[in-house]
Amino acid sequence: MNSAPWIILFSPLLAAAVIVIATQPFKKLSSYVSVAAVAVSLLFALTVFGSPDQDVSFNWIDLGVFQVRIGYLIDGFSKMMLLVVTGVGFLIHVYSIGYMHDDRGRSRYFAGLSLFMFSMLGIVLANNFIMMFIFWELVGVSSYILIGHWFERSSAADAANKALIVNRIGDFGFMLGILMVWSASGTVMFGELTSKWSTLGLGAGYATIAALMIFCGAVGKSAQFPLHVWLPDAMEGPTPVSALIHAATMVAAGVYMLARVYFLFAGSAAALAVVLWIGVFTSLLAALMATQQSDIKRVLAYSTLSQLGLMVSAVGLGVPVSALFHLFTHAFFKALLFLGAGSVIHSLHNEQNMWQMGGLQKKMPLTFWTFLIATLALSGCPPLAGFWSKDGIVAAAFEHNAAAGLVITVINFFTAFYMMRLFVVAFLGSARSEAAEHAHESPPVMAVPLVLLAIPSLIAGFPPVEHIFFPMAEEAGPSIPAMLVSVAVFIAGIGAGFVLYRGKNSDPVSIPLFANRFYIDQFYSVLVKWTQDALAGVAAFVDRWIIDGGLVRGLGGTTWGFGFALRFLQIGNLQAYAFLFGFGVVLLLYLILFAA
Amino acid sequence: MATLNDYLLASGLLFTVGFAGVLLRRNIIIIFMALELMLNAANLSLVGFSRFHTQAGLPDYNAQVLVFFIITVAAAEVAVGLAVIVALFRAKQTTHIENLNSLKF
Repeated sequence: MNSAPWIILFSPLLAAAVIVIATQPFKKLSSYVSVAAVAVSLLFALTVFGSPDQDVSFNWIDLGVFQVRIGYLIDGFSKMMLLVVTGVGFLIHVYSIGYMHDDRGRSRYFAGLSLFMFSMLGIVLANNFIMMFIFWELVGVSSYILIGHWFERSSAADAANKALIVNRIGDFGFMLGILMVWSASGTVMFGELTSKWSTLGLGAGYATIAALMIFCGAVGKSAQFPLHVWLPDAMEGPTPVSALIHAATMVAAGVYMLARVYFLFAGSAAALAVVLWIGVFTSLLAALMATQQSDIKRVLAYSTLSQLGLMVSAVGLGVPVSALFHLFTHAFFKALLFLGAGSVIHSLHNEQNMWQMGGLQKKMPLTFWTFLIATLALSGCPPLAGFWSKDGIVAAAFEHNAAAGLVITVINFFTAFYMMRLFVVAFLGSARSEAAEHAHESPPVMAVPLVLLAIPSLIAGFPPVEHIFFPMAEEAGPSIPAMLVSVAVFIAGIGAGFVLYRGKNSDPVSIPLFANRFYIDQFYSVLVKWTQDALAGVAAFVDRWIIDGGLVRGLGGTTWGFGFALRFLQIGNLQAYAFLFGFGVVLLLYLILFAA
Repeated sequence: MATLNDYLLASGLLFTVGFAGVLLRRNIIIIFMALELMLNAANLSLVGFSRFHTQAGLPDYNAQVLVFFIITVAAAEVAVGLAVIVALFRAKQTTHIENLNSLKF
């Protein structure tokens, strides 16, 4: 047995424990403990990357018919994910030292970050559904802690609640799905299920529903429609948290899980179609919403939603490896975008409105250039990372489902458009606020991670690099028409964004429907209010009329009524009582002696 | 020779007189005396049963012992009952039964 995976998994947990128990008052030390832990994880993840595949587990809880096992599954997927999570995680930890420098709750922040790393690595390593579900929930908790880091702000506290509650809905379906899988097959181990699932001879309906229940978990965690509403609000957390959790890793966990259990979907065309169209729909919706946001982090949040939708639709198209490849490249450039945005926000004293920015090219050159690289990578500029990974999805879409391919092409156009809009408005032109005029480059502890993330954003997509991380990918060969379409769409999007927003001081386009996120949040609050009111009305009726009226007052009233009637027999005449008593005795004697 | 029936008849008459007294008289002391009469009617029938339920030629003494118990308890009861009546008279200045109805609804 190889102990490296255990070290990868538990070193962040140890750091979180050490920070909470011992180094809480020493903020600087806390941050170093946390960074050291993730560095250890990163080193061991590198050693694991070269090691052979293995599947190890031991019994944690043994209930006879049902065993809960804890173990790890090292294969191509988890090796790649381990490197992404620890690598991006490490850079973001380092960046956090600078970003959170003046924060009072720094120890708490780093403890939360370490707890998150532990949970996320647990999902990546899990070799069965139960372990994955445990870490799935742990990830939810640490995300809650970190979104609500600035809990004094009620918006942050609300966002944390929203994230947790919306995720609960998805997780409930996930749990039902796990139970369905277990009751059909008697095992929750991925290894056994992979070989066993298709031979169980399940009804098509059962298999489809089980797969869709499992998909519910991904809908919650990867913020797919209709549970996407929590992710934009989660931007209330510190920016490095948004980069790590709500862009690069945690929200990708749903996609990773789908790829991991793809065998559940493989046999069901209906389930795949649902996954595909949910992904495409989310992606399109989010891309449209992103075009009208003015908060720099929210644009990135919607862009994350859109890209996650793309990954999910890739799973739905039957190419989970392409989904993971896009996850892999997306993790780098989206983390870079968020960290770049964080760098701008930090130097503009917490200004997040991009219309208050501008003219940052000279003042923040490192941020400017790295942000540009990430923007182009996300927009699909050849030959940057995003071009290759998106191309895989577009090609697969045109091969399997032309309608989905068309929609994805439209999405890619909007992606390039809103990213260019963001870039032009936030960085180019002249400074549009006092803060933007006095902007300055971030300290090296923040700038160096930007540069280090820019490198994979540039090269992570090249086929040779892809081959190192995805040896299992089939050699489909580049699809020339798909590439041409991608390039044309990229140029059109970038061009439209550049022309439309160049030198503007306010948004020339106003589409309230997009800016208000299709009123989905409002719809949900009305829906929740109605449901709640209806349920409360039913509960109040039962309580008032059945419990109170029928049982409590009914019993009490009946007793009282009998008492009231009987007290008229108390006439207050002693001799009448004696007569009745005597009469009763005579009656009893008569009944006993003669009537029987 | 008197038979058991004669005794029971006398006892029944005595009980009826007592019960009629309880029902019809208005003075609570007289009612109390009528109650004693009823007790003694019960005693008389017990003694009658004792006399006629012989065992090995001897009367059944158990009944007679029970009669002594009843007399003893009745004496105690009279003491308590009269004390209650005295207390009642002090409170109400009457021993008339129609005036003692304050527990009525």
